[in-house]
Amino acid sequence: MKSRGPQRQAKAGWLFTAPMLIVLGLFLVLPIVMALWVSLSDWTGRGSPLNAEVSFVGLENYRGLLTEAGLDRQDFMISLRNTFYYVLGVVPLQTALALLLAVIVNERFLKGRTWFRTAFYFPSVVSSVAISLVFLFLFTGTGAVNQFLDLFGIKGPSWFTDSRGLVHIIGDTVGLWSIDEPPSGLTDSSTLGLSWWEWIKGPSVAMTAIMMQVVWTTAGTFMLMFLAALQDVPAEVDEAAMVDGATKWERFRHVTLPHLRPVVLLVVTLGIIGTWQVFDQVYIMTQGGPAKTTLTPAYLSYSAAFDSNEWGRGAAIAFLLFLLIFTLTSLQRILLRDRDVPGRRRWRRPPTATTTTAATSGVAT
Amino acid sequence: MTAPAKPRTERRERPESGTQRRGKPDHGGAVGKGTSTLRKVIVYGVLGIFAVVYVYPFIIQLVTAFKTNTDAVDNPLRIIPNPFNTDAWRRLRETDFPLWFLNSVIVTLTVTAFRVLFASMAGYALARLHYRGRDAVFTGLLAVMAVPGIVLLIPKFLVLNDLNIYDTYFAMILPLVVDAAGVFIMRQFFLQIPVSVEEAARIDGAGPFRTFWYIVLPMAKPALITLTILSFQGSWNELGHFIIAVQDPQLYTLTRGVAGLTSGQLGSGSQFPITMAAGLLMTIPTALVFVVFQRYFTQGANVGAEKG
Repeated sequence: MKSRGPQRQAKAGWLFTAPMLIVLGLFLVLPIVMALWVSLSDWTGRGSPLNAEVSFVGLENYRGLLTEAGLDRQDFMISLRNTFYYVLGVVPLQTALALLLAVIVNERFLKGRTWFRTAFYFPSVVSSVAISLVFLFLFTGTGAVNQFLDLFGIKGPSWFTDSRGLVHIIGDTVGLWSIDEPPSGLTDSSTLGLSWWEWIKGPSVAMTAIMMQVVWTTAGTFMLMFLAALQDVPAEVDEAAMVDGATKWERFRHVTLPHLRPVVLLVVTLGIIGTWQVFDQVYIMTQGGPAKTTLTPAYLSYSAAFDSNEWGRGAAIAFLLFLLIFTLTSLQRILLRDRDVPGRRRWRRPPTATTTTAATSGVAT
Repeated sequence: MTAPAKPRTERRERPESGTQRRGKPDHGGAVGKGTSTLRKVIVYGVLGIFAVVYVYPFIIQLVTAFKTNTDAVDNPLRIIPNPFNTDAWRRLRETDFPLWFLNSVIVTLTVTAFRVLFASMAGYALARLHYRGRDAVFTGLLAVMAVPGIVLLIPKFLVLNDLNIYDTYFAMILPLVVDAAGVFIMRQFFLQIPVSVEEAARIDGAGPFRTFWYIVLPMAKPALITLTILSFQGSWNELGHFIIAVQDPQLYTLTRGVAGLTSGQLGSGSQFPITMAAGLLMTIPTALVFVVFQRYFTQGANVGAEKG
């Protein structure tokens, strides 16, 4: 009996993991290999990409996106610019809002905190489609948001049709430049197919509306992560600080925040991974418009393939996006490791933190 | 038997008491009372503002579903429909909405059932069965989990197309029945269960299959519930995969169908009340599950459920 044990276990092990291996192999590993081939080919979507008429074009599709001047590169650069500003806005805001909500909900005198926690978290479990529909309605020209702004005498823009960039508008308001007659110094020079004036544009008003929606939706999830960490703040240290006469703010600043540091880094990492993938909201609400200002790499990749039948280009964009996210997260991991002061290690909860990173990084949207 | 999972559940479930005991101990009111009045005003004030920001959109959604389109456009902030009108609901029934709902139910139930089964099987093998190649499989799993889902849209279409299952229920369901993160969650859970129980079963002559089915799975109930909920929510709300897996309107799920309502499919008049009603209806199942299993959701949030 005993000698049969290991053999039996090996058989069972492979049988138990077989469904996983088949499905992940078929719909995750194989797709990547096939897409790599398609990104190096001129397949137009007819027949199988493996048939004889499809030819190998080398890095042609990648060159079209990165080095050759043309519309393809311009669109790709626009999508990178848009998403860069989007990430730059959403990640800090959702992290800050999540932390703020967590700290408030964690107040011990609070009544009905379960209710508040539920209210803040609920949008995270609702379909992005349902939420997008509500926000489309809230942000129409005469919608709830603008009527609310009107109470304070502010005339709101017609959000989802306004392609003006935020930086352009601010510069115009403070008198740095005129939005209708941009400074020639910026419009005449260009990098990678986009003028400097276009590069510094900032997120468009339409993109800003999407950003607000995403911050509103995701903050709840991250709030829960912060809450879990807040409840783990070592009581002895907090007490010791209080005995030493530290004020509430000082204790938050010097005891709570350092303790939260790993969670902040985790939330920022997850935020970056998630935001660079933005697709649903663009697909549902704007389809890249107005004036391509909500175009993102994920949506561009989809529309290049499915709308324009340029599958090679679509697949190449997907790979470049993958590379970008991978680089950013590895970069962060390296930075994180370097700043790992051994003394602080004690207050971390390594199992939870790593579990969460590993588990969540794969869960997209 | 469920001991390993218990402490976590309890902590998340009652953060109130947890906080008092561990996080910020009560110091006889010295701090609590001294700053409390002003603090309370500020905290409740900020909280009130955010509560409005978070709840009001849903109230507007609910109310607008019972407005006429004119009323909705003219008075978007008003929370009493004038006149009270159920036109949107009637018109929604004339669309393919019931079909989308049915498709969503079929796909979600199937996906959830298989996801839970396959994830617990694989999770158990990776945690407990000893065989050559296990570590390699686990490393592969971790690598696969690091691939951002959105970049797989086109690649997945390519395979579905080549397997000749594009535009079928198979295409919608099959790629979703294994979720790497789910396998990972189950593995972590099984690692916490004491080995002694399984050893007792093995000495009694039970093979790996019987041990798994009759001994281990019943012990894994909390993890199974968490995974069921995550899978349900994930596949009910899934949009990207269904966009690339099918094009036949007969196979649209709620997300795909309702998303299409915005692109002028309804013609001009009376649009907002319909989209609000549609969004409301598709939220109800998630909301119900959320309310009933809230504590499992909060647990799950710390292992998955990333939106963006």
